[in-house]
Amino acid sequence: MSQLFSKENKEIFSSPLNLNNPVTVQVLGICSALAVTVQLEPAIVMGLSVTVITAFANVIISLLRKTVPNRIRIIVQLVVVATLVTLVSQVLKAYAYDVSVQLSVYVGLIITNCILMGRLEAFAMQNGPWASFLDGVGSGLGYAWILVAVGFVRELFGAGTLLGIQVIPDVCYEWGYANNGMMTMPAMALIIVGCIIWATRAINDKK
Amino acid sequence: MVKKYLDKIRPNFEEGGKLSAFRSVFDGMETFLLVPNATSRVGVSIHDAIDSKRIMSFVVIALLPALLFGMYNIGYQNAAAAGMLEQTSFIEMFFYGLLVMLPRIIVSYGVGLGIEFVVAQWKKEEIQEGYLVSGLLIPMICPVSTPLWMMALAVAFAVIFAKEIYGGTGMNIFNPALIARAFLFFAYPTSMSGDACWVATESFCGLGHNVVDGFTAATPLGIAAAGQAVNFAETSTFVGLIPGSVGETSVIAIAIGAALLLVTKIASWRTMGSVFVGGAVVAWLFNIAGMETNVVANIPWYEHLATGGFCFGAVFMATDPVTSARTEKGQFIYGFLIGVVAITVRVLNPGYPEGMMLAILLMNMFAPLIDYVFVQRNINMRLNRVKK
Repeated sequence: MSQLFSKENKEIFSSPLNLNNPVTVQVLGICSALAVTVQLEPAIVMGLSVTVITAFANVIISLLRKTVPNRIRIIVQLVVVATLVTLVSQVLKAYAYDVSVQLSVYVGLIITNCILMGRLEAFAMQNGPWASFLDGVGSGLGYAWILVAVGFVRELFGAGTLLGIQVIPDVCYEWGYANNGMMTMPAMALIIVGCIIWATRAINDKK
Repeated sequence: MVKKYLDKIRPNFEEGGKLSAFRSVFDGMETFLLVPNATSRVGVSIHDAIDSKRIMSFVVIALLPALLFGMYNIGYQNAAAAGMLEQTSFIEMFFYGLLVMLPRIIVSYGVGLGIEFVVAQWKKEEIQEGYLVSGLLIPMICPVSTPLWMMALAVAFAVIFAKEIYGGTGMNIFNPALIARAFLFFAYPTSMSGDACWVATESFCGLGHNVVDGFTAATPLGIAAAGQAVNFAETSTFVGLIPGSVGETSVIAIAIGAALLLVTKIASWRTMGSVFVGGAVVAWLFNIAGMETNVVANIPWYEHLATGGFCFGAVFMATDPVTSARTEKGQFIYGFLIGVVAITVRVLNPGYPEGMMLAILLMNMFAPLIDYVFVQRNINMRLNRVKK
């Protein structure tokens, strides 16, 4: 057991959360970060979906890594990812239909998410299943927390709600406060991601 | 006298002085009031008598006619909306406008310069004077009823994201004042366009009139974009007693400012002129294109140039020396395309009654490319000459 959570493995898990974050450091998966973060709920669901898919795709590819011929490895990776994405998509349709409608094509587009292919190519092809699993979960969560942070800001200021519940009291609106329409536009998501990158860099540089 | 006073208080601001936290403020004030007393110590360099602070002051002076007229127009529109035009004197209208505008200008400068001071202090740099002009432009290109907090937010957004992250004055790609307006336009569309935001409707300090709720007054372009015929007489768009953003309505007042900028050679006549040429050509093409259902397309071309923010944008925004093209030929292209895009947006996109802001921002983005092309062309030409 102690080997499972060795120092190295812990680092595999924690580095994509901050120092090697797929969004803020590697700048991958930006498109979906802009598209699904207008509200918090789809952002959370999207983050979790990507986490699950990355984790299990990593495990499967890691198990297959010695048997897959090098020439067709990308196709094999795609088949694995596509299978998992279809599974997740079906689960969402069955248990969270509203959110899956909101996410629309972006669930399917997880197949093309650069974070996935990046992790499979760069990590799962060289490492064992347990380490790959940790790496997948870490990368997925690193992606997810950025999405949640962006979604939080955008829903709070763009619609005055969080998870669909009104947070900003009516009194503020009577005093002349208004929702910021810019927040609902993808342009603002890009600026917020920029701000998060700015903040994390400033913090990491100090360390 | 000013110099003596400044010299007296200087020690307070030096390293270790009790007010050293405000060093950048002191520096800024000193160089604003006097000529900078530190000259370059390395090599030989030639200095013009006017530095960028003096240029900025000239632009502010050039803006004054439009600003003063805008203040009067605020009062005039308010009185007209209340139906009290005959009972209200010129002085009353003007002071009402002054009182309405003053808090906006103070908020704009307060927030903008506040951020500049903080950044300058934090980076241990001099205060950059660029905000002097933007700070006055922002209240002038917004509708008079924009809430103050929105304006403050837009100013903060513009100064941080359009200027400071690029490295401050002189490094910005986009005109900060226009970014502030674009931010407001997209974030709070109901306060920035439509027909309920162009007239001040509340009395202020005993001046002006309360106008009944639900009063609306659209700008000429807003009316046209809604598909109705515009019946504003030409003189009215020329003199400027019409609803609109504060500074943009009067062609005459803007022309005075333009003359000042051109005589002092602060603004480029190439940019300014070609904006008008570009706008006129495209508006004329739309006129003869025979688009009968599109009201905006059929506004005569000379009216197009006089309405909306076209003049104001051409004179004060397009010519911003930082964000416009710098090569002489490039300035013709840059200005011409601004005019073309502005009128095209006006005519073809019913969602945006005014295209000047978007046109200038778009061309801001292309200005470096235009410059690059012309500089390269020059280099190639000379290279060929050398080879021969």
